[in-house]
Amino acid sequence: MTRRLMEGSEAMAEAAVASGCRFFAGYPMTPFTELLEHLARRLPEVGGVCINAESELEAVGMAWGALATGARAATGSTGQGLSLMQESFSEITLAELPLVVFNMARGQSDYFQATRGGGHGDYRHIVLAPMDIAEAVELTQLAFHLADRWRNPVLVYGDYLLAHTAEAVDVSPMTFAPLPPKDWAVDGSLGGTSRSRTVSSLGVGKVNRPGGGIPAHFEAVVPKQAAITAEEVRVETGFLDDAQHVVVAFGTPAKFVRYVVGQLRAEGVHVGFVRPISLWPFPYEAVAAAAEGVRSVMVFEINGGQMVDDVRIGVQGKAPVVSIGGISTDGSGFGVGPLLDVEVIRGRVEAVVSGQEVPA
Amino acid sequence: MTAERSIVPTGSPPASAHRVAELTPDLLLTEEHQMCPGCGEPLALRVLLDTLSQLGVAQRTVAVMGIGCYTSFSGTMDLDLVQALHGRAPSVATGVKRMLPDRVVFTMQGDGDMVNEGLQEVVHTAARGESVTAVLLNNGVFGETGGHMTATSVIGQRTKNTLEGRDAEYHGHPIRIGDLLATLDGSAYVARGSVHNAGAVARTKRMVRRAFESQLRGEGFSFVEILTMCPTGWFVPTAEGPGYMDDTLGQVHTMGELKARPGGGPSDHASGALAPEARPGGGPSDHASGALAPEARPGGGPEGGVGR
Amino acid sequence: MTTVLTRGTVTIDVEGCKGCELCIPACPPRVLTMSAEVNGLGFRYPQLHAGCTGCRACLDMCPDFVFEVYKYDTPVELEVEQ
Repeated sequence: MTRRLMEGSEAMAEAAVASGCRFFAGYPMTPFTELLEHLARRLPEVGGVCINAESELEAVGMAWGALATGARAATGSTGQGLSLMQESFSEITLAELPLVVFNMARGQSDYFQATRGGGHGDYRHIVLAPMDIAEAVELTQLAFHLADRWRNPVLVYGDYLLAHTAEAVDVSPMTFAPLPPKDWAVDGSLGGTSRSRTVSSLGVGKVNRPGGGIPAHFEAVVPKQAAITAEEVRVETGFLDDAQHVVVAFGTPAKFVRYVVGQLRAEGVHVGFVRPISLWPFPYEAVAAAAEGVRSVMVFEINGGQMVDDVRIGVQGKAPVVSIGGISTDGSGFGVGPLLDVEVIRGRVEAVVSGQEVPA
Repeated sequence: MTAERSIVPTGSPPASAHRVAELTPDLLLTEEHQMCPGCGEPLALRVLLDTLSQLGVAQRTVAVMGIGCYTSFSGTMDLDLVQALHGRAPSVATGVKRMLPDRVVFTMQGDGDMVNEGLQEVVHTAARGESVTAVLLNNGVFGETGGHMTATSVIGQRTKNTLEGRDAEYHGHPIRIGDLLATLDGSAYVARGSVHNAGAVARTKRMVRRAFESQLRGEGFSFVEILTMCPTGWFVPTAEGPGYMDDTLGQVHTMGELKARPGGGPSDHASGALAPEARPGGGPSDHASGALAPEARPGGGPEGGVGR
Repeated sequence: MTTVLTRGTVTIDVEGCKGCELCIPACPPRVLTMSAEVNGLGFRYPQLHAGCTGCRACLDMCPDFVFEVYKYDTPVELEVEQ
């Protein structure tokens, strides 16, 4: 495939198809809707199924069923819709099903939801936050691979800007390391053979091959979190060598921050940036290294202050941590608002660098 | 029933005889389970598993289980199986069926699971005409939590949170889920059976068979509601379970085939028998009043408690 | 001493019985009664008397799967009283 000008929603849909995703269910909600529209058109063309689910609760349930058969399957919504799905996210994680979830979020206020989750129990989702459409195409394909590799859900954190702007991108299938066979999936063929399978979050098998039960199951699933943390941290950094100030940002705003940092560097200001690509596992070590000997660590995020908690954990008190982002939306509540502007971000970074107060 | 009647030995199979019915259904890995004495759910389970065996579809069937007492069957049913969340089995079954369209897919849910927590799921799945068979084990009570009101508990039914009996003005009315699903264009076969006596078990088995046959013909959504005894959750002696069921739930959730596609294969309902078999007085609202008051129950022992 | 023509019989897994008594009224010829003794679980259990037809109603009504049902190749005469 060659490069083609595509809206981010279409590019992510094409990336899902290129990844072998053959089932999607979702419920329309701005700015997620176009992803659903494109998958509704594309999946049947490749022998897949896209269901316009009657609710988010049912969308995630349908994806659950498709995943249990071994298919690559996904669901998505905005953060509001994902709130409705949290119970299933918890249990799908404990059932070790490789769900991919798209959050085409309204801003960045779903950072806690994505990285901490709103469901019950000990669970984590790998969270990948692309800064632009080209990266979204890569991270979408990586998401399907990581979900299968770890048998753990992966959430792709998009937003209004990603969904509704266009770039020329190439959506060729990417190559990843081989994966083990899905010898846990059900296809209905083992009934009456005494080898039938159960896909369950409860750690139960069949009486002739019992699972360990809930405590043993939880103890078996949860250690994956440490392994994922060790292996799947993704981060981009820049201009850190002699930096006196560092700005941390993720997702589409990070591209603006990276541009501002580049401008200031050209003008001789000693500022660098850290861009977490994986929000969980969070790049604590990269943040810790960046914070060595600097005068400030700024956090620019389009919300009331969420990732700043993780930055503080990473900084470990080695430098002052300053929030320079904030709540920012247009009147509809869907868009990204006036803060997502190079001049605004530059002004806030300069205020910290010069020791002034950050404008509210 | 006098003590001096001779007891026939029943410890081992007799000579010169042939077995007509087996101890354990083929598709059960063990006959042991943790259900209470007198529970109707194992009876429904046998009906279901025997039917799948007889249809010869065990090796192309996926079960999707809800959450309730019956969930423990997931470990004993020798079927490929997906465990769903409380209320969510119909959407999970939808995902399974869409990926495996040539398999037989069925759900097993209780009334708390299907009619309370997940009502919209079963309604939407039926309306979509999803080619799955939903099996409801309806005992009108949350059995697993210890006997609490569900959306199918009948007026007058005593539960742990309707101590004086379900009161329509205070607790609202029961949902006749089978009747509701039968109104939807996507449902192809809808029936309500029970397991409160051997005749009802036999009729219910025919319903389950027709439901699966309907799915195999690709007619749309099929549904069998099976009324099951829960003497523990009803606070009645085990032997009185069938009679209590017949006098209370059975009067509101009346048994019979509610819907079948015309020309849908061999069945005995082509001649207008689609109407519920025993709906006294015609109007559903007739069931809401007095008949279910606790004092109206026959106090009978086993003999008085069965048969209708 | 009288005898009854008996077409069928059952085996009963006494130790699997939970004593619910659903089989007793389910039996059309009424040839099941509950024991006076209890099994290892502490439950009384069904006992068979002459006259079984092998109809399987007890099996269909047994939640604990304790019955297996047989029909004699040739009906037998069984004594009714001890």
